[in-house]
Amino acid sequence: MANIVEMPKLGFDMAEGTLAKWVKSENEPIEKGEILAEIETDKATVEVESSYAGIVLKHLVDEGTAMPVGTPIAVVADEGEEVDLDAIVKEANAESEPPAEEEKAETSPEPAAKEVVENQSDSEFIKASPLAKRIAEDKGLNLSTIKGTGPGGRIVKRDVEKAAQSQSRSAISTTPKAQITPGVDEEIKISNLRKAIGSRLTESRQSVPHFYITSMYDVGEMLKTRKQLNEGLPKDERVSVNDFIIRAVALALRDFPNLNASLSGETLIRHGDINVGVAVAVDNGLLTVVVKNADQKPLTQISQEANAMINRVKAGKVKNEDIEGSTFTISNLGMFNVEDFVAIINPPEAAILAIGSAKEIPVVVNGKLDIGWRMRATISADHRITDGAEAAEFMQHLELFMEQPWRLFA
Amino acid sequence: MAVITMREAISQALWEEMERDEKVFIQGEEVGVWGGTYAVTKGFLDHFGAERVRDTPIAEAAIVGSAIGAAMGGMRPVAELMTINFAFAAMDHIVNEAAKMHYMFGGQFRLPMVIRTPGGGGRQLAATHSQTPDAIFAHFPGLKVVAPGTPADAKGLLKEAIRIDDPVLFIENATVYQQKGEVPDGDFTVPIGKSKVQREGQHVTVVAYSKMVPYSMQAADILAKEGIEIEIVDLRSLRPLDMDPVVASFKKTNRAVIAEEGWRSFGVGSEVAARIYEEAFDYVDAPIQRVAQKEVPLPYNARLEQLALPQVEDIVKAVREVLR
Repeated sequence: MANIVEMPKLGFDMAEGTLAKWVKSENEPIEKGEILAEIETDKATVEVESSYAGIVLKHLVDEGTAMPVGTPIAVVADEGEEVDLDAIVKEANAESEPPAEEEKAETSPEPAAKEVVENQSDSEFIKASPLAKRIAEDKGLNLSTIKGTGPGGRIVKRDVEKAAQSQSRSAISTTPKAQITPGVDEEIKISNLRKAIGSRLTESRQSVPHFYITSMYDVGEMLKTRKQLNEGLPKDERVSVNDFIIRAVALALRDFPNLNASLSGETLIRHGDINVGVAVAVDNGLLTVVVKNADQKPLTQISQEANAMINRVKAGKVKNEDIEGSTFTISNLGMFNVEDFVAIINPPEAAILAIGSAKEIPVVVNGKLDIGWRMRATISADHRITDGAEAAEFMQHLELFMEQPWRLFA
Repeated sequence: MAVITMREAISQALWEEMERDEKVFIQGEEVGVWGGTYAVTKGFLDHFGAERVRDTPIAEAAIVGSAIGAAMGGMRPVAELMTINFAFAAMDHIVNEAAKMHYMFGGQFRLPMVIRTPGGGGRQLAATHSQTPDAIFAHFPGLKVVAPGTPADAKGLLKEAIRIDDPVLFIENATVYQQKGEVPDGDFTVPIGKSKVQREGQHVTVVAYSKMVPYSMQAADILAKEGIEIEIVDLRSLRPLDMDPVVASFKKTNRAVIAEEGWRSFGVGSEVAARIYEEAFDYVDAPIQRVAQKEVPLPYNARLEQLALPQVEDIVKAVREVLR
């Protein structure tokens, strides 16, 4: 029997998706659970599995086309089955959405922002050392936008590192780094992801009364503990400072239900799970991966889960569950040599914690000048939900877990 | 630690091993009465006697061939060839017999023998007596090929070569017998098949062996004044070839220069470069540079000879080039 595959709803606020790529061609057999296509939402590129087995009879949507959720995108039928395509599609359309959708598909194809970039760079061979290529891939940099200073214009390690540095300095760029051509203005279509970030954070910044509290933590013990812990671990299992902070924040949140909460109209929802979101920089913006129930997981498990999600994000293969359901967010710019900064609350959450770099600085200990490791963190909180005193108490409570890392193992 | 010359280090190794094990004996052209072409075995004849310090006819095939027979019979001969250029006259014995007997007789025989021989140019001995054909010998499985770059390694590696049960070609360099270096006191050996970082640095890996090790050290001093720190990895033996320290260093520096005295084509540098590309391709940030002898039979004329041989300045230039 012929079955219609529809544009799936991959997030609670997803309205439409762009068909990034057909993985199965027309007339190709498909098993239930096999990947049929890749869909680009406003957050990520997600693989869509087929719920049916049979033959991919027809693609109803071209690659690069944006379609509302629920629109038929493909027909899967039994092998050799006779199908009246027009009839079945019409029927499906009548069931799901207003009938005008089919027309829209033809008239307003919306190419994915990613493709535009690729088309610019694929035309000519880029001269780069194998090392430079690997670093660029790891850091998600587009080689076509980097100027090579090696012999014959070869892109070498120093060029990629410089590009990575300037990218991190400008924090989040609207598009992949491009060279500036003197005297020529360039117009670039804003990607879905950037649009989503823009609208969500504008709403947050304008409608949520933010207030901010900064604390400084002695992270000497944490750094020492991390070093000792990592000595026995293989490279890919090593625990990062960020993993320590995720666990510390999760444990501290247990006593502060108002900060692990969200506002829905006039109702405050205090969440039963502590799901810590971690902002991750990607090519066109940022995504928040979510470590679920971080207060109940050992550090190594938090590390493995976070790593796996971050790798999927960087590879553009993020799963929907990776980025859904956070109840409190951490934004860590510590790797960029940052004193401190303030972050915008990730709606509808109550607060976000911005982490600066761990630095060795002069400190006064028992009336004597000494050298110590310190890290600044700034919480942004929603004044409709909580007040300065409560947020400050949280920051003070967090100190226990930041400065006495053995508590993270209890 | 005493500071001694390469010549003294090699001489001490031989002397100590002959004192330690009476099965060890030496034979070669002018090793006895004359005390060795490069005076390495001076005084040996008087001390150990003509049975264990054997002057031979000018017949390299016989020197190596009889050493093989003695080794099969349970002795531990050290055969000296006046220069590696004469090893061609004993080629069949070296590569077809010494290198293969243990294997072809199903393990029934071991060949605990050493062939000591100096190679290299720079002493106006003209094209036929100035070659560095190390790579040729390193081509053959079954033969260990050792070529030290410091007096300490020369002593430790030669003692090890005498003690192990496999045939070892021990290549010295005629122009560095006077080179001095610190050598540990007392009895010690250095394992064969372990490369060694002789100087640490972070910008460029310089792979060298034999005479190119002291040359690289001089290059390092010159480059240090420009703020360039090279890391010198001394191969010490060409077979077995220990690439681990080379690859580890390369992963740190991402750039390499390989220096050898022999010709570039099909040389040690070719092999090492190929291995780096195989084992550390994703770490390559610039094409690997090879410093080697010009591709000509070595001139007799002193100035032309020096122009054809790799010099300290060539290593310095190659390092600058690889850093462009």
